[in-house]
Amino acid sequence: MKILLELFWVFLKIGAFTLGSGYAIVPVIEREIVDKRHWFEREDFLNQFTLAQSAPGPFSLNTAVFVGYRMKGFRGSLISVLALVIPSFVIILLIAMFLEGFRENLYVNAAFKALRPCVVGLIAVPCIKMLINMNIWQILLGLAALFLISFTGISPIYILVFGAILGIFLCYIGEKRGLEQ
Amino acid sequence: MIYLQLFLSYLKIGFFGFGGGYAMISLISNEIVTQRGWLTETQLSDIVAVSQMTPGPIAINCATYVGYTVTGSVFGSLLATFACCLPPLTIMLAMTIFYVKIKDNKYMHSAMTWMRPALVGLIAAAAVMFVNKESFFHWSSIIICIVSFVAVWKKVNPILVMFAAGVVGIILYT
Repeated sequence: MKILLELFWVFLKIGAFTLGSGYAIVPVIEREIVDKRHWFEREDFLNQFTLAQSAPGPFSLNTAVFVGYRMKGFRGSLISVLALVIPSFVIILLIAMFLEGFRENLYVNAAFKALRPCVVGLIAVPCIKMLINMNIWQILLGLAALFLISFTGISPIYILVFGAILGIFLCYIGEKRGLEQ
Repeated sequence: MIYLQLFLSYLKIGFFGFGGGYAMISLISNEIVTQRGWLTETQLSDIVAVSQMTPGPIAINCATYVGYTVTGSVFGSLLATFACCLPPLTIMLAMTIFYVKIKDNKYMHSAMTWMRPALVGLIAAAAVMFVNKESFFHWSSIIICIVSFVAVWKKVNPILVMFAAGVVGIILYT
């Protein structure tokens, strides 16, 4: 019971105080789980975290699942996820309910006019950063994906499935060649 | 009926939400804007902005916001958030339980490696979608976009950049 409460508290804090997403939250979670509470060995935690990146969904959510599970099984992961989601849910719900009333407000409106191009710049950063670490075939696949999604309206799901199947196929070919040699 | 559709749409978004936040914007846009027509691109852009500026994972914040905006009810918001979390929760639980078996699986690693370029395409498509006449209505919009890009590239905190952009907006456009 004590551990469940602690899990709840840790992930409630992470949900309420970590701004932004993705890699920004890694050090925060690491500090709570590894340094402060010694629930995991550092290497063990980082290995698990790598696996969490292979699963769909937000990293912090996947992290909550594996930390919760390893500490207290199925119940632990449910409690951790619940705690992580509660702050998001409450804050956004309040904004959605009350901010909409301010949408016609001159200042709110003006702020959003500048935020829209800002969001474009923000999204472009991880995109270019991933792109410069890729080989020519991966870049071409990325450009093809961009073109298909933007101009044909095809669901991005098909692109992801194609990428995964291509990866499995290339791995299979690679293994076969390795065996023949 | 709209609740069932919202639930199914968000199950799909959660299930294929590889790469987390930004990559999921393309999925949300395809499901909610293109296929269902529940929101406009500009509405989604504003939801993304708010989701980024508030605590918590962007994808969860977006789900709560989209659910509320589409249905106008707390229940819709709860449903979208639940549906968005359910697939990652289930998949990650399975991966944790079978951790030892899958951690060195070559096929999975190769699949992830080749999904990455697809994810770049997804994120780029989200950026391209938000480049429209409503977002770039004035020449100053281009400067805001470039300055934001350079600042975040140089590791300035994105939240700080967004608050600065908001203030600039209030100064320039009122």
